Amino acid sequence: MKGKGEIMRLKKSKKQTRVNLTVNGKPYELEIGDGPGQVKPWDTLAHTLRETLDLTGTKVSCDHGACGACTVLLGGNAVLSCMTLAVECDGQAVTTIEGLGDPKTGRLDPLQQSFIDHTAFQCGFCTPGILMSAKALLREKPSPMEEDVKEALSGNFCRCISHYQVVKAVMAASGKGD
Amino acid sequence: MADKYRFIGKVTPRKDAVEILTGKAKFLNDIKLPGMLYGKVLRSPHPHALIKKVDKKKAEKLPGVRAVLTWEDVPDWKGGTPRCKRVLDRKVRFVGDAVALVAATSDEIADQALRLIDVQYEVLPHVFDMEKALKPGAPQLYEEFPCNVVPPGVPFFGPKSLREVVMGDVDKGFAEADVVTEGTYSYENIPNPLPPEAPGAIALWEEPNKVTLWVSNQASYMDKVTLFHVFNRQVEVRSIGGPCGGSYGSKFMSWQVQSHAVLLSRATGKPVKVCMTKEEHLAAFTLRPGSRMNAKVGMKKDGTVTAIAGRWVIDTGCYSMTTQSQVAVGCGEVQIMVRCANWNLKPVTVCTNRNASGIVRGFGGQELKCILIPLLSLAMEKLDIDPFEFLKKNYVKPGDGYIWRDGIWYTYRGVDYSEAMDQGAERFGWKEKWKGWLKPSSVHGTKRRGIGVGVHGNADIGEDASEAYVRLHPDGSALIVSCVTEHGTGQRTNFVKMAAEVLQVPMEKVSLSPADSLFTPYEFGPAGSRGTYAIGSAIIAAAEDARRKLFELVAPRLEAAPEDLDTEDGVVFVKSNPQRKLPWRAMGIDRTCTGYGRFDPDYTLSNCMMSFVEVEVDTETGKVDLVRVVNATNAGQIIDPQGLEGQLNGCLGSAGIDSALFEETVIDQGTGHTLNANMIDYKWRTFAELPKIDNVVLETPFASHRFHAVGIGEVATSPGPSAILMAASNAVGHWLHEYPVTPERVLKVLGKTEPRARKGGAA
Repeated sequence: MKGKGEIMRLKKSKKQTRVNLTVNGKPYELEIGDGPGQVKPWDTLAHTLRETLDLTGTKVSCDHGACGACTVLLGGNAVLSCMTLAVECDGQAVTTIEGLGDPKTGRLDPLQQSFIDHTAFQCGFCTPGILMSAKALLREKPSPMEEDVKEALSGNFCRCISHYQVVKAVMAASGKGD
Repeated sequence: MADKYRFIGKVTPRKDAVEILTGKAKFLNDIKLPGMLYGKVLRSPHPHALIKKVDKKKAEKLPGVRAVLTWEDVPDWKGGTPRCKRVLDRKVRFVGDAVALVAATSDEIADQALRLIDVQYEVLPHVFDMEKALKPGAPQLYEEFPCNVVPPGVPFFGPKSLREVVMGDVDKGFAEADVVTEGTYSYENIPNPLPPEAPGAIALWEEPNKVTLWVSNQASYMDKVTLFHVFNRQVEVRSIGGPCGGSYGSKFMSWQVQSHAVLLSRATGKPVKVCMTKEEHLAAFTLRPGSRMNAKVGMKKDGTVTAIAGRWVIDTGCYSMTTQSQVAVGCGEVQIMVRCANWNLKPVTVCTNRNASGIVRGFGGQELKCILIPLLSLAMEKLDIDPFEFLKKNYVKPGDGYIWRDGIWYTYRGVDYSEAMDQGAERFGWKEKWKGWLKPSSVHGTKRRGIGVGVHGNADIGEDASEAYVRLHPDGSALIVSCVTEHGTGQRTNFVKMAAEVLQVPMEKVSLSPADSLFTPYEFGPAGSRGTYAIGSAIIAAAEDARRKLFELVAPRLEAAPEDLDTEDGVVFVKSNPQRKLPWRAMGIDRTCTGYGRFDPDYTLSNCMMSFVEVEVDTETGKVDLVRVVNATNAGQIIDPQGLEGQLNGCLGSAGIDSALFEETVIDQGTGHTLNANMIDYKWRTFAELPKIDNVVLETPFASHRFHAVGIGEVATSPGPSAILMAASNAVGHWLHEYPVTPERVLKVLGKTEPRARKGGAA
């Protein structure tokens, strides 16, 4: 009920009736509301990506900001999409796992290729989040030390214990990305 | 060794790699079906209560709600061994037990509807402690289980299903011993295997009695089998498996979640998805069994164990689906770990008012060893026996034997693992670091290091049956038809590798069918470490059968006998004259050629994992850090080097080594509520805290497998926990016998804190 009031208020004030997102280079203009294809003010970015835009590569595991599975890039920085409201992202660029490779050529990002070469995943459920955290690190620090990689990924839960192969894969890909 | 093969032992990319790394892999919760509804479960706030009245009218009126079901609305479907736990019952038996089910057009509406259901309970007395549950007058969870004892035995394991280890004469054995030690030990911190993907299911009911289920399970064919029984053998179940976001055993049984989805689909006629939240996963899905034992062991100066006697109590929580199976396998595994002529080990499985225990890597054996090795250690200490030498001496050797889960004696015909253990010890530096019992290997100020060792093995590498078809096509490609799902081990790719090796075609030419029970033959699934030998052998046999049939078809055209032919890269040729050759399409372009393979159980082999650990204890803070692990094994022939490394590194997580360091499910002993049902309070290892791990893998060929391999993945978690207690005890110079070794427990043995009863935890 509170949510509906909030929508009314937003509509009345005309402050924000739409959310403009650029996801993986593609612009989306989403209406705020509770109909199909609309974004509710309390919808998380993870929910919007998965349920509204059908980009299910982003995974939700704990859904309260503890495990890193839902990590995406927002303006180039790694964020937990389960702890970010979609309405907060108005006007921003989001990159998800689906947009990590080159959209034009379909070529994989060097990180993705390195994960294949090192078998740096087992069940693969946490992998999209790990890749996005690693991508954010390499954007900021193209040639990290091993300790930097571990620190950057310390918020990503992996239960199969692919950590060792992930660290090798990120190190091998470092300096080769953009 | 590896050079003999074209694919086996080579590093090859996982077949599903690109899908996983680009986010295209469709895990269960990524699937949407037209008209799909979302299911949610109302859960009990009481550990034990009768439902007196449910008012669901308000919930039913909420727009978007399509069904609200309580125990009065559903058939008498039951799970459990024996079947005792109704899917929805009038009685609730733990905090989190299902009370009502809702299907709605969105998750959010279903959630809102739950809050509109009014339930009146009659609260009953509850029992959380396994031994209290056994006492006369204790609250009874089921009328049919007096004193809360779950009847032993597993029908699936046959009429002699192993219920205990009783052999020889324990009195004579204790009389022969140089030292006898006795005590009560427990491993009852009930850690959660906690796969990142929470359990879930999608069901689509078809009147009058058919259901299609999309599942997330390592062994999706078995869902069909399990649910057939749960649904009173009256419903035809088709199970479709996809990528499974971690299981570690646990999702082998998701019957509760699956039944909820089926009931809601049956009530609405629509596909219904039910996915647990992480809180439900931690507080209402299955945990590792609790385990406690009062036992006595006799040992000679030379490390010979003369007798083991004890009562092993297993807390299965509010029901048992597989705990008796875990007890049976644990009883078999303990004989593999320690040779002893005289046994009187009596298990008792007990129900208590907490969420149920279920399958986890280590399957009974980890639970038993975690409490037996500390007791054996006491005897070793008194006799000044090096635990590494003890475990090596007593591990099963060719010609020894054991009574396995079916109650039958098997003579072990695998390799002697002593060499792998020696090489592991050397890599770890065991001889240099071992200073004797309760002695640190090094001391630097407040930091004391200690070492420990553990061992585990399972004769499940050849357990249960597998079947597969391999279909050859005129274009030189092949399809494996098998109900194997991928849960992280990479085995789907490895089966392609094995078939490609038999058929001598590139791996790109071989594909594997989706895991759909509608058209695949029987498959028990990659449970335990059975993937490589059991499933692999069925697929290899199917590929060989197809190859033989192909040769029979082509032989007349090559004017040769089928046995004189060979094939490579889609071409059949005469071995003595490779120029006489025909492509596979010579079978006929309007034809395929299908082979069938089956694996029948073989319990004469066991794998083995020895883990060496070094911990550093801070005597000021009590914190125990794991600094080094060496795992040692012999895999016969490595199939997939990187996949194997991942599996062995898995020793830390999924309720493995870390269950001795910091993992535990904390249940409030007053209310029965799980206090750490979220991923902040439930502790897990991060990237920032990785110990150094070395995996020593020998390759001594096993004659039993076409490529001489055995599986090893499952057991990686099992030797570590008891080794951690041993290492921490050695570091601080006092016995630490409780899991996990928290700072509080360390400071307590160091006399730095006042002893106080620990609230929470099962202990």
